[in-house]
Amino acid sequence: MTAPAPVETLDLAARFPGWVTPDSRPGYSGWIVEKDKLLDFARALRDDLGYDYLSSVTGVDYLPEGKMEVVYHAYKTTGGPGVNFKVQVERRDPVEVPSLVSIYPGAEFQEREAWDLLGIKFTGHPDLRRILMWEDFAGHPLRKDWREAYFEEEFKPFKSRWPEGKFQMAEDKARLGDNLSFPAGFDPRKKTDFDPEKALYEALRQYQKTESGLETEHLLVNIGPHHPSTHGVFRVAVVLDGETIVNLKPVMGYLHRNHEKIGERNTFLMNMPYTDRLDYLTSMSNNFGYALAVEKLMGITPPERAEYIRVMMAELTRIANHVWAIGFLLNDLGAYFTPMLYAQEERELILDIFEAVSGSRMMCNYFRFGGVARDLPDGVLEKVRDLAFDRLPRKVDELENLLADNEIIRARGIGQGVLTAEDAIRYSTSGPLLRASGIPYDVRRAEPYSIYDRLEFDVACRPNGDIYDRMMIRFDEIRQSLRIIQQTVKQIPAGPIMAVKPAYQVRVPPGEAYGRVEGPKGELGFYIVSTGKSSPWRYHVRAPSFINLTAFGPMCVGQKIADLVAILGSIDIVLGECDR
Amino acid sequence: MDTNELNVPGYEIPPEVQGQVAITTLDRIYNWGRRASVWPMMFGLACCAIEMICTAASRFDLARFGMEIMRPSPRQSDLMIVSGTVTKKMVPIIVRLYNQMPEPKYVLAMGACASGGGPFKEGYNVVSGIDKFIPVDVYVPGCPPTPQALLNGLMKIQEKITGEHWRNSRWYQKGRDLAEIPIPILGPDLIDPRKVEEYHRRLAESEA
Amino acid sequence: MSEMYGKGILKGLGVTLKRFWDTYWEDAVWLFRQVTRGERRYRSPEGIAHRASKNTRGIFTVQYPEEKLPVPEEFRFVPFLVYEEGPNGEKVMRCTSCGICSRVCPPQCIWIVRTTDPETGRPIPDPAEFYIDIDICMNCGLCAEFCPFDAIKMDHDYELASFGRSVYDKEKLAKPVSYYESIRPLNAARENAARAAKEAARLAASAKPEA
Repeated sequence: MTAPAPVETLDLAARFPGWVTPDSRPGYSGWIVEKDKLLDFARALRDDLGYDYLSSVTGVDYLPEGKMEVVYHAYKTTGGPGVNFKVQVERRDPVEVPSLVSIYPGAEFQEREAWDLLGIKFTGHPDLRRILMWEDFAGHPLRKDWREAYFEEEFKPFKSRWPEGKFQMAEDKARLGDNLSFPAGFDPRKKTDFDPEKALYEALRQYQKTESGLETEHLLVNIGPHHPSTHGVFRVAVVLDGETIVNLKPVMGYLHRNHEKIGERNTFLMNMPYTDRLDYLTSMSNNFGYALAVEKLMGITPPERAEYIRVMMAELTRIANHVWAIGFLLNDLGAYFTPMLYAQEERELILDIFEAVSGSRMMCNYFRFGGVARDLPDGVLEKVRDLAFDRLPRKVDELENLLADNEIIRARGIGQGVLTAEDAIRYSTSGPLLRASGIPYDVRRAEPYSIYDRLEFDVACRPNGDIYDRMMIRFDEIRQSLRIIQQTVKQIPAGPIMAVKPAYQVRVPPGEAYGRVEGPKGELGFYIVSTGKSSPWRYHVRAPSFINLTAFGPMCVGQKIADLVAILGSIDIVLGECDR
Repeated sequence: MDTNELNVPGYEIPPEVQGQVAITTLDRIYNWGRRASVWPMMFGLACCAIEMICTAASRFDLARFGMEIMRPSPRQSDLMIVSGTVTKKMVPIIVRLYNQMPEPKYVLAMGACASGGGPFKEGYNVVSGIDKFIPVDVYVPGCPPTPQALLNGLMKIQEKITGEHWRNSRWYQKGRDLAEIPIPILGPDLIDPRKVEEYHRRLAESEA
Repeated sequence: MSEMYGKGILKGLGVTLKRFWDTYWEDAVWLFRQVTRGERRYRSPEGIAHRASKNTRGIFTVQYPEEKLPVPEEFRFVPFLVYEEGPNGEKVMRCTSCGICSRVCPPQCIWIVRTTDPETGRPIPDPAEFYIDIDICMNCGLCAEFCPFDAIKMDHDYELASFGRSVYDKEKLAKPVSYYESIRPLNAARENAARAAKEAARLAASAKPEA
């Protein structure tokens, strides 16, 4: 166990006089960077100060102030607290901010998302297309003056529900009798040739042509969104030379459920069950991240017992997720269903615990600001003990025996889909994907939250960054999680489970907070801006599945098409979180 | 299922061959065969898909219903389990898949989202229920429905199949029910070609 | 590679063989249990409980609908409204139409019309209409958690598949308190005790000034 890195006081304003000023708004922290100097600043931050990992990029629409802001969170992969910097621009179209893709390639998808949803144009971005919505979609939905067809009121709860809540379908109230809004002057009868694919195919044609001896024609193949191996409604458009991938573009948004727009209408508590549906395999971890971010703003910490329960549940979630990921990776490799069925049994037993504790197998909605919803019911701790001390260690060994030495898996996995350590950092990957590439970066250790600083566990790490390592690191992480659960079961104290009185309307002081946890898929961050009202002004999710996909293209180019599904399976994405 | 279920009420079977012989109608045996081999499409949209996979996996074992053969190809499937939130971006693909399924075909809307929009209904990219585009046979409430709730819904599908008569079944008839559903277009917003006139009228009304 | 090729595959096959064997071994174990203790492996509570325990081996399947996996007390599906049975068998809703559930509901699927006295125009603590759009409800349980009158609770009944969309009205949502006590005995007992204590405190407080 390494000691946490000493916290250095960073005075960027002194270091970059004139470019950088501290963010002095109440409740805010970080630095405001001059737009023209952003690239220089970021380069210095990465190269001179060592903040090599750009975790999150997002925009905020400050409509009343007439400003748009882009918020960046950067960290050091050696650990320690991060730095958060912002660029402010006038809210007048076109809103332009220089792109950071040349310095931090991991910003690529996040900047595209900010362009799509907020209409912030990143100048110098290599491929600035919409990412979640389709190309012809009218408007940038996360802007505060953009309203959806079913718009009722700015904030929930809606007044029409009570006391005169005569039931009415949203369809009957909407202008077009459906969830539709057309721009002014649009005539749906006129046949217009919309082609949502045009921009994509143009972008796909941009690649370095290599000279080969054979005169071959390149072939464009679409995989998904309806495909059994894309883990949901995910689509990949690939250009093939024979069987070799020469270019690849992931296409997403088929499950874009407007999590953030809805989240900005919801009250703080209402967002809790919505976070369950982000990465629906790991709802407890999502709850954890969101609760941390809001608690940071509110300035409360949960009582001891609640912390133990939280960690126990988060680690059980990690195990449930990893056995699922291993099972499905094997499905993708062609071991059709046997390993999956074996893994599934263990997951079901863990889900039984979730069901007993929270009431639902998948959508737990268990964390509250300042604690958890209810104490562990009788008998649950025994069940956890049974699993953590007896069954799971046994069954994980069995699963590893089944898979680890299998020659076919080794042949398909070793040396395939390699992501080097440098690339893993550059593309802002996180979680098992980053650690399998030899970077021992784990938020639980790098910036410990909750009680992780008191628990003994190792950060699992594998050196090669190939498919096989990404499978094996999940076994390692399950074992570490078991260690953590064993400690929590032994040490869990009695006591209250809520620090404050449970309330459905929490008072959150104005300010910003970025809460991040090490989710099973990687670093899950919640960026929340509060104005002191009952709903967040900005609610952004830094989704690991989404950002890990930035590295997917570079990993696949040069590989055979058959390895694509295996590489995708080894990243382990969930579309609910990827598309939000 | 034993032969007693197949037997048509009203025909007495002598006790010595009971359980071995059934007197039945063509319809009954035809539906009996169909309902015991409904092949769902391997088609997951969102959270509910995970519960659907759990239903197919070891604990709930869809194979007991003759449904374990999940086909990714619509050409080989009888049942579309719409398992999750239907987004506007996805709906053209779902309609196309539905069109490609051979008759007789059934649709099960699994969970709140597929049935009526669900918690994400107010979102700008979410379709308020798949029944706005394709006919739905059974709705399973829940968010997500547990595997047992899904199995209950699948049994409802079986129930529906049992009650069908080949003479008035849709797929032996001519008519608009069998016509392909036009694929929605992704314009400035989702345009359903069947409703273009209505949209135009409503737009004109609201602008007036 | 110096090792024999295929050894890893054989090792994996050994695992599957062992699991295959486990099923029959487990059958034998249960046959013994049936003979000695009369416990059955299938279609019996002890069999289902065993399959959900850490010692489960072999067949893991719960054969719905003949067998049903018991749901834990906290299990939540869709909400329902609790009513007390009056002396003449009338339904007395616990709900006072205070509207907290409709305010806390994340997808805003609860609709309540409050009753008002036709003469005075004052609200009466009884909902005139109560709707829950089941096709929007996300089963999160926040309504039940924050209801101050223990009037709305989460149901255990998940067998709700239907041939049409579902919007539940007051009639459909109402279930007797005895049902609630049967599905959530511990919670109901705790709430009853808390209510009794509150009532006693109120009585004591109101008795004091007179004394």
